[in-house]
Amino acid sequence: MAEIVIEGLSKIYPGPSPVRALDGIDVRVGTGDFVALLGPSGCGKSTLLNLIAGFEAPTSGQLLLDGKGVGAPGPDRGVVFQEAALFPWLTVWENVVFGPKVQGLPRSEYEDRANRMLEIVGLRDFRNHLPVQLSGGMRQRVGIARILTLGSRVLLMDEPFGALDAQTRLTMQELLLSVWQALQPTIIFVTHDIDEAIFLSSTIYVMSARPGRIQERIDVPLARPRTVADTASETFSALKLRILNLIRH
Amino acid sequence: MASGRLSIRDRFGSLLLGTIVPLVLLLLWQYAGSRPGMAGIIPTPLKVLEGWHGWIFGEQGMGLNPYLGTWLSNVQYSSMRVAQGFGLAALLGVPIGLMIGWSRIVAQMIDPMIQSLRPIPITAWLPFSIALFGIRDFGSIFLIFLGGLYPIIVNTTQGARDVERNLVRAALMMGASRRQLLMRVVFPASMPSVFTGLRIGLGISWTAVIVSEMVAVKSGLGYVLWDAYYVGRMDIVLADMVSIGMLGFLSDRLIVYIERRVLAWRILQSH
Repeated sequence: MAEIVIEGLSKIYPGPSPVRALDGIDVRVGTGDFVALLGPSGCGKSTLLNLIAGFEAPTSGQLLLDGKGVGAPGPDRGVVFQEAALFPWLTVWENVVFGPKVQGLPRSEYEDRANRMLEIVGLRDFRNHLPVQLSGGMRQRVGIARILTLGSRVLLMDEPFGALDAQTRLTMQELLLSVWQALQPTIIFVTHDIDEAIFLSSTIYVMSARPGRIQERIDVPLARPRTVADTASETFSALKLRILNLIRH
Repeated sequence: MASGRLSIRDRFGSLLLGTIVPLVLLLLWQYAGSRPGMAGIIPTPLKVLEGWHGWIFGEQGMGLNPYLGTWLSNVQYSSMRVAQGFGLAALLGVPIGLMIGWSRIVAQMIDPMIQSLRPIPITAWLPFSIALFGIRDFGSIFLIFLGGLYPIIVNTTQGARDVERNLVRAALMMGASRRQLLMRVVFPASMPSVFTGLRIGLGISWTAVIVSEMVAVKSGLGYVLWDAYYVGRMDIVLADMVSIGMLGFLSDRLIVYIERRVLAWRILQSH
C-alpha cells in the first residue's frame, strides 16, 4: 500500500511580499501509479515534491500517505534529485548502502538487495568507483539504485533526467519504466518535458504558475509496456498538442 | 601529452628560471656584506653558512660560542611546541567549528564570543600568558594554540554551513539521525574547508612560536633569534630565520600531503 492523498494543499513563503508557491492543490495517487507533475519552471512542482518528501512543511491543507499525515523525511519516500546528490567521498557501493547502514541493519540484510539493484541499473562493475568517475547518467543510476535498495514504496523524482543528453535520457527513461514494471513502486515524477511526461506516466497533472495550481488532470491513453515507437504514435502527438495548448493559455 | 603536465626539460627550465632572481640577490648580498664597515651589520651569505654549520655540527661547550651544536635541540623545542599548540587547536577547533556551523543554538552561544576575541592579536596575549603560566613551556604553547585556533574554527564553520542542501536532504530521506548527519555528511563535506583552516592556522602557529619564545621561554628558535641579535651574532640570526622558513614550509607540505590522501575524491573532481 502506498496511496497518496493531497487535499487543498497550499504553501506560502512568508516575507515582505509573500509568495504563493502552491494554492489549493488536490492530487490523488494510487498504489503503484506512475504520476507526472508537469509544468513550467516556477509552477511549484518541485515544491510539491518537497512537501511530499517532508523536506518542507505545507502552510495549510492535507497530505496523507496511506491515511496518515506525512511527517519528516524517511526511507518510505525515496527521492531522486536532479543532480543525483550522491556523497562524493563515498564509492558507488557505499552510496547505495548508506540508507540501510545508517538505519543499523546488519550487512546480510541488505547486501543481496543492493547487489541486485546495482545489477538492475547496470552498475555492477562500478561498485568501487567514486561518483566523480561516473557520467551524469551513471550517477542518476546510482541515485535510483540507492532508493531501490532503501526499499521505498514511493519514489519521488525531481527532474532526474533534466541534465542529461537526449540519448542518455531515453536510455534512463526506458530503464525507469522497466524498474517500475518489475517492482511496482508508486512514482511521482516532476518534469517540464511534455514528451517525457507522456512517455512515462499514466496520469499527468498539468500545473500553472503564480500561484502554483493544478490546471488539469490527464490520463495517458497509451498501453503498457511502452516503447520508443509510442512516442511517434498519433495518440502521443494529439496528447502533446493538447498539453501544449493548455500550457500556453 | 596531457595538458598541464610538464616534460622533464620544461620542468628543469622553469626551475632554472626560478633561481635567477634569488641568485642575483645572493650575489648582491655577498657584495654588500663584503664592503668595509658592513661586516657587523650584514654578514655575507658565506659567513651565514659558516655560522650555521657550526651551529648545527659544532661540539657543544667548546670555546666561547654558546650556539655551537645547539641547532637541532632548538629546532626540536620549537617544533614540539608547534606540534602541541597546533595539535590542540586542531583537536578543539574542528569540532567547535562544526558545531557552530551545524547548530544555530551553538552558533548563537559561542560565535559572538569568538568573533569578539578574534581581533585581539596573539602578541597582545603575551603579558597575560606569562602572568598566567610564567616563563614556562605552556605559556608558549598557549599562544600557539590561540593563534592556530581562530582560522581553524572560522574555516570549519564556513565548511559546515556550505554543505550542499540536497546532500543533507538525501541523508535525511535515507533515515539518518541528526548525529549521523553530522558525522557522515557534514563532517566529510566540510573537509576541504577544514584543511584550508589547518594550513592558515599552522602558518600563524609558527609566527606565534617565534614571538612567544622571544619573550615567554628560554629555548627554541625564537629565543636564539633574539639572543643572537643581542650579542651581535647576525650570522646566527639569519641562519635562524632561514631555519624557521624551512620548518614552516615542511610542515605545510606535510598537511598538503595528508590533504591529498584524505581528499582524493575532491582532487579527482577538479580534473
